[in-house]
Amino acid sequence: MQAFFDMLGLGSSAELLSLSPPGWGGNLLRGLANSLKIALGAFGLGLVIGLFGACGKLYGGKVTRDLLAVYTTVIRAVPELVLILILYYVGTDVINKISEAMGGDRVEINGVAAGIWVLGIVQGAYATEILRGAIQAVPVGQIEAARSFGMPSAMTMRRITIPAMMSFATPGLANLWLIATKDTALLAVVGFSELTLETRQAAGSTRAYFTFFLAAGALYLVVTLLSGLVFARIENWARRGQPSLKGAR
Amino acid sequence: MLHVAASETAAMPETRSEAIRIENLHKSFGSLEVLKGVSLTAQRGDVVAIIGGSGSGKSTMLRCINFLETPSSGRIVIAGEEVAMRPDGSAANRRQLERIRTRLAMVFQQFNLWTHRTLLENVIEVPVHVLKIPRAEAIARAHDLLKQVGLGDKAETFPAYLSGGQQQRAAIARALAVDPSAMLFDEPTSALDPELVGEVLNVIRGLADEGRTMLLVTHEMKFAREVANHVVYLYQGRIEEQGPPDQIFDNPQSERLKQFLSSVY
Ligand SMILES: Nc1ncnc2c1ncn2[C@@H]1O[C@H](COP(=O)(O)OP(=O)(O)OP(=O)(O)O)[C@@H](O)[C@H]1O
Ligand SMILES: [Mg+2]
Repeated sequence: MQAFFDMLGLGSSAELLSLSPPGWGGNLLRGLANSLKIALGAFGLGLVIGLFGACGKLYGGKVTRDLLAVYTTVIRAVPELVLILILYYVGTDVINKISEAMGGDRVEINGVAAGIWVLGIVQGAYATEILRGAIQAVPVGQIEAARSFGMPSAMTMRRITIPAMMSFATPGLANLWLIATKDTALLAVVGFSELTLETRQAAGSTRAYFTFFLAAGALYLVVTLLSGLVFARIENWARRGQPSLKGAR
Repeated sequence: MLHVAASETAAMPETRSEAIRIENLHKSFGSLEVLKGVSLTAQRGDVVAIIGGSGSGKSTMLRCINFLETPSSGRIVIAGEEVAMRPDGSAANRRQLERIRTRLAMVFQQFNLWTHRTLLENVIEVPVHVLKIPRAEAIARAHDLLKQVGLGDKAETFPAYLSGGQQQRAAIARALAVDPSAMLFDEPTSALDPELVGEVLNVIRGLADEGRTMLLVTHEMKFAREVANHVVYLYQGRIEEQGPPDQIFDNPQSERLKQFLSSVY
């Protein structure tokens, strides 16, 4: 391996990227793991918020609908970087105020948990719109059929509406997931050691900016490519029962 | 099946053989009054054909029976059990409504099969998940029903790969799977190409011969005459005339029915 890099004149890069110190590869991979943890958590949280948000927007009362409209509009209007700063500092401040009011000490906020909450709230707004659109795209007759046979509404949601909307939702959700992986980079501004911050530190200490940012770029690219494969399978499954469009060109 | 037997023993003698009773049903959409007091009784084993012009309220009436549409006022009694209604017409007891709905199987103009499930999965969905029938039993029965409607070899196929006629026959199998007290058909052949209508009508004819209770909204006058033992003519939200098919088709009394028949025959 080392010989291969030497041959390309990249011997020093290989040393810098080596997984054990003094190489920085381990730090980069730890950063990547943190990024993925946050992205997965935020995406999951976003899906849960999105599902409730979509149902609230479609079936909720006027107050629920108005509140959700404010949520999705504000979150989607404000730049994510600003939102992260607001949610992070306001969030930690509120938690500390509550803790102090209850006679406790200032609490150390867990970076991963904070990241998941902050990005999850952002993801939830987009997921709400994606899922709302997908639910609306389900032919109403399929839902009526379930109701006409006495299927309770929660079961109809679980057994009919959600499976039927999946094919409409997956492309949008795949995008949302990729945005989640990349938005983790924004958490660098609040000092969270995800991939981008680790990269910056490595690059700053060694002055090998090109090597490290290229390596980080490659890692993000690998994540994207693997995600593409996973989502292709999910979409395939979600579209079961629907003839392929290829024949209809 | 089970549920029918239970309610029958409790029912009054005069309602023993009643499958569906509608009393003074009114329905408005906003300011548009679509049903203006419809009353209709179907005994068990009856095949009631509902005919009438477009917009006369046939679909609305059918959909009010299982509360897919909320009636404005009136009474709905299914197999002797009245659906509890609030003053605004909505069902007062969700559980009761859901239980009653399992006795009424609807067949829609647009089939409305669940497209992400195979025919077999479509047919066992309600028996397994709503009626809690053991899966193996439901599957065995589903295969029988699919055979009955001529789709024995299509159990593992998804609806999108079938013709309209096949889809509608599958929808009928799905409806039969709950062993309903009464079946509601809303123009089951109107979305079909002419050459596919016959196969669906044959299945429905078979059900009539079996003694199934059916309310059938249709534009197929010849078929209505053949399978129905009672025909109801709806005109602008009222029953204008009703009676046995021979009387309705050969000797209509009302001018509007005469006109309607001459326009569709
Ligand atoms: N959801 C609704 N909102 C408002 N108006 C409706 C609604 N559903 C039906 N209507 C109106 O109610 C009237 C009766 O409709 P309905 O569908 O019951 O007629 P129909 O007899 O079934 O006609 P067709 O033979 O065309 O199916 C029509 O004027 C229709 O426009
Ligand atoms: Mg109609």
